Amino acid sequence: MAAKTQRRSHALNLLLIVVLVVWMILAAFPFIWTLWGSFKVEGDFFSKADWANALAGPLTLKETGGSFTGAGYHGAWIKEAFGLAAMNTVIVCLFVVTISLTFGTLGGYALSRSTYRYAYWFLIIALIFRAMPPITLVSGYLPVFFNWNLWGHLPTAIVVLVAINQPFTLWMLHSFFKNIPKDLDESAMVDGCNRFQAFRHVIVPVMWPGVITTGLFSFLLAYNDFAVTTMILSKENQTMVPKISSFLGTTQTKGNVMFAVAAVVSATAPLFVMVLFFQRQIVSGLTAGAVKG
Amino acid sequence: MLLRKMTLAVSLALSANVVFANCGDIAGKVSIVGNEFPAIHTVAKGAAACATDKLTVTSNLTADHQKINLAGLQGDPAEYTTAIIANSSIIALMNDDVIRPLDDLIAAHGADIPKSNLITIDGKVMAVAFMANAQHLAYRKDVLAEIGVEPPKTYEELLAAAEMIREKGIMENPVGGAYKSGWNLAQEFVNMYIGHGGEFYKPGTAEVAINNPQGVATLEMMKALTEYMNPDYLTHDSNATGAEMEAGNTALMNMWGSRIGALMDDEGAEEAVYSNIVVGGPMTVGGGTTPATTLWWDGWTVAKNASDEDAVATFVAMKNGTSPGILNDETMGEAVWMIEGYTPAPVNDGVFASIKAGSKPYPMLPFQGLLHTALGDNLSDFLQGKESAEQALADTEAAYTTAAKEKGFLN
Amino acid sequence: MKHKTFFWFVLPSSLAMLLFIFFPILSVLIQSVHVDTEQVIKEVKNCGPFGCETITSIDQEATQALERENPLGRFAGLTTYLDRRHLAVDEVHAAWGSTTGVGDFFNQLVNLPFYKAMSFTLAYTFIVTPLVIIFGFIIAVAVNGAVKWVRGPLIFFSLLPMLVTPLVGALTLFWMVDARGIVGNALQYLASDPNLSVKASTPLTWVMLMVYGVWHSAPFAFIVYYAGLQSVNKDTLESAMIDGASRWEQIRYVIIPHLLPLTTFIALMQLMDNFRVFEPIVSFSAEAHATSLSWAIYNDLGGETRQLSSAAATSVLTILGISILLLPVLVRTWRDFTHK
Repeated sequence: MAAKTQRRSHALNLLLIVVLVVWMILAAFPFIWTLWGSFKVEGDFFSKADWANALAGPLTLKETGGSFTGAGYHGAWIKEAFGLAAMNTVIVCLFVVTISLTFGTLGGYALSRSTYRYAYWFLIIALIFRAMPPITLVSGYLPVFFNWNLWGHLPTAIVVLVAINQPFTLWMLHSFFKNIPKDLDESAMVDGCNRFQAFRHVIVPVMWPGVITTGLFSFLLAYNDFAVTTMILSKENQTMVPKISSFLGTTQTKGNVMFAVAAVVSATAPLFVMVLFFQRQIVSGLTAGAVKG
Repeated sequence: MLLRKMTLAVSLALSANVVFANCGDIAGKVSIVGNEFPAIHTVAKGAAACATDKLTVTSNLTADHQKINLAGLQGDPAEYTTAIIANSSIIALMNDDVIRPLDDLIAAHGADIPKSNLITIDGKVMAVAFMANAQHLAYRKDVLAEIGVEPPKTYEELLAAAEMIREKGIMENPVGGAYKSGWNLAQEFVNMYIGHGGEFYKPGTAEVAINNPQGVATLEMMKALTEYMNPDYLTHDSNATGAEMEAGNTALMNMWGSRIGALMDDEGAEEAVYSNIVVGGPMTVGGGTTPATTLWWDGWTVAKNASDEDAVATFVAMKNGTSPGILNDETMGEAVWMIEGYTPAPVNDGVFASIKAGSKPYPMLPFQGLLHTALGDNLSDFLQGKESAEQALADTEAAYTTAAKEKGFLN
Repeated sequence: MKHKTFFWFVLPSSLAMLLFIFFPILSVLIQSVHVDTEQVIKEVKNCGPFGCETITSIDQEATQALERENPLGRFAGLTTYLDRRHLAVDEVHAAWGSTTGVGDFFNQLVNLPFYKAMSFTLAYTFIVTPLVIIFGFIIAVAVNGAVKWVRGPLIFFSLLPMLVTPLVGALTLFWMVDARGIVGNALQYLASDPNLSVKASTPLTWVMLMVYGVWHSAPFAFIVYYAGLQSVNKDTLESAMIDGASRWEQIRYVIIPHLLPLTTFIALMQLMDNFRVFEPIVSFSAEAHATSLSWAIYNDLGGETRQLSSAAATSVLTILGISILLLPVLVRTWRDFTHK
């Protein structure tokens, strides 16, 4: 890397910096704007009078007496018990990621080692399964879940999210395992291990980077899911995203939009820590598991 | 037991919302599904006041209630023993026959429910209404005073006032309208079409009949109104029109009674704006006498697939949740309650005016939902000038007919 | 790998997919070839707080008797697929017969819901997918070239468009592009047209949705490419440099071939996700200007009366559409597979 950097011309460096700066503005600006606005009142944040009000906040000053207000945060966390939803999200994410990866590594490994045609068809069918729009799936679940008293519980949502996410997980892990040399586990089997022992003792220790990357995508899916969680979780088991949407109001009544804005900002903060923590793994993970189409 | 009762009484007295509970000796499970807004929270809280060792009361109030209530009532036993619905959404429950007639329950436990609150269909009580809502005029009195015009009683007067406001340069787009493509736009069509005296179907059948002079007049009036609206009107729901009003960009609009409180309070607007927002009555159109608006009620039902014990418990708890006992200073302003002891605040004048002016309720027909969806999908092309009014109405009729065939209403 | 071992390894995920995806797809298929039984209608008196009137209502007894005979509803074959809301064969035929030219035929076609949805869906898919790949690649190269210590924050901020829940992310953006919002104002200034409104114009709405789509998905392509860049073989790169390859030649002959398998993967996922475009349409209230197949399903299921058969047929058409779209990729995978 260092050698390469030295070779770069000034013009190229400049171009690089310009690209990065432009992209950073595009990527981060809406969020930073939201962060700033989350300390204002709704009349300012969604100012229909003059966009500059969102910066200066004249209504915030008038309504609360200060330039900034924590009312949105207070409302979301204290009045609306957003912490409970956050807790539910943590539970859902934890289990979805763990179960998805357990199922996915087993399946993905087998798919990468099988030379029979049905393995190909298995992958293709999984892909076609992924094409199904989630809303149709969820509306199909409802009568069954209600009938069997499964509706509303966290485990139900976890299992559904795991299942819906399986095709993606399988594809990604399958490609990853394909890049781990076959000799590794086959020589272990020559030494007298059975397939599962070979998997456990030889493959598991080297698979983590790929698994963590796949886990990141599973995590994001569970974290940001709206279609499934809003339909099959009861009020007390709600995760963050449906909770946020419940702040937005309905046709006939006004909502607490600023609660939603504050909640979104607070929901993003832990992700920052997480990305910083995992960034090396994310990268090395995908590196090792160059995903093949 | 006595101690328990006493602590209960004390804790009730201490809580901000004192709820009067007189539920008698009932046992079972009460489980409520409904929309989420403060008035419904109050009702659920009132029902929960009946909870004892023998009676559990749970509620799931969410904006997505319509997506889950049917499935939630279909199971046996039903997940929910009661669904809180409005006159449009009760249809889906009645079409699938998941709610039970309440006549025997009323005879046994509900003699004191006002007759007018009972929703009777074919001689059977299917729901008990507890609050009313309607769309009506909301306007800026200072702006109308500036142009020297009385609050409009008809849409024609509203157009004239809008023209004057624009001419005087007070506001560029003085009219607000929830014309968002989809449910909102269809709702405005329904209002205006009823105002023109139109009938949606051939009498006694499910055959749609809106491609007629009233239908065209309705669309022409809607188009005329859009000339005075923010050009983005096809994306504006009532959240957006409310924000426009609070920002001081619009002076006249047809607004839900339930949202007026948020417009008139001191949040979200300059004082010069919020202190000048007032409600008017509903408006008529095209020389008609029926106001171009619809009346709405919210009410509760009891699930067919609840056990008889649960049905009794649900009935009694919900009756308590909609009894005069739930009304206090805080809950009074949450809705236009159809409950004894309710004293209307000025924000509710519009809804009362709408009822008094002889407005029609939103049609409670098994296939109205299909027409509403078809209207919402097909009218925006006309408003954007992409096709003629007749074409838009023909498209709507075709879309409705296809849907009605699939649902078995037409062959 | 032995059949039996394979079976046990894939069992958990197969079971999950079988129960929660395969069976629902089956029931959707069955639903799509059935329509509801005939609903017997009668006139009844309806009284409520606002007075009495005569209305039509479903005669439950008569209807339920019919339903008991046909619990699944009436078998309709492909009727639902061919009706006006889906392939609309009759209407297309009529339009073809009465058309005055290609433009007129196209106009009549996009007046039909399915073709209106398809026109936007296809435009969106084929414009957004390549742009996501290109931008993702450029950003990945740029971040990869940055000094090491800023890369962590750069990655986080680059991922932000994907991280922030679209519910509120779109709400903020929707306000920004409003004629009075900050972006809307900037556009008016740039176009020197004070009446310019993105939300009121169909072409501009399409552009807005596509820009949002690229913005939202570019991070996905970015992170995959960025990771891929870490594994570029340094020896190959250095020998290319020694051979006097220019920077562009290094990218062209070393990096791009190395990233090709990743590109296939991104294309596969993006084609699929973009074909199912839904969230931006709802978040930006763009229904008047742009619809998609997924939106049509949502619309069928979201009304006061749910139209299950119609939604089922649209779902099946979505799967078929995606299968056709992915055919080239599938063929490629097949070749990979038979080669090993």
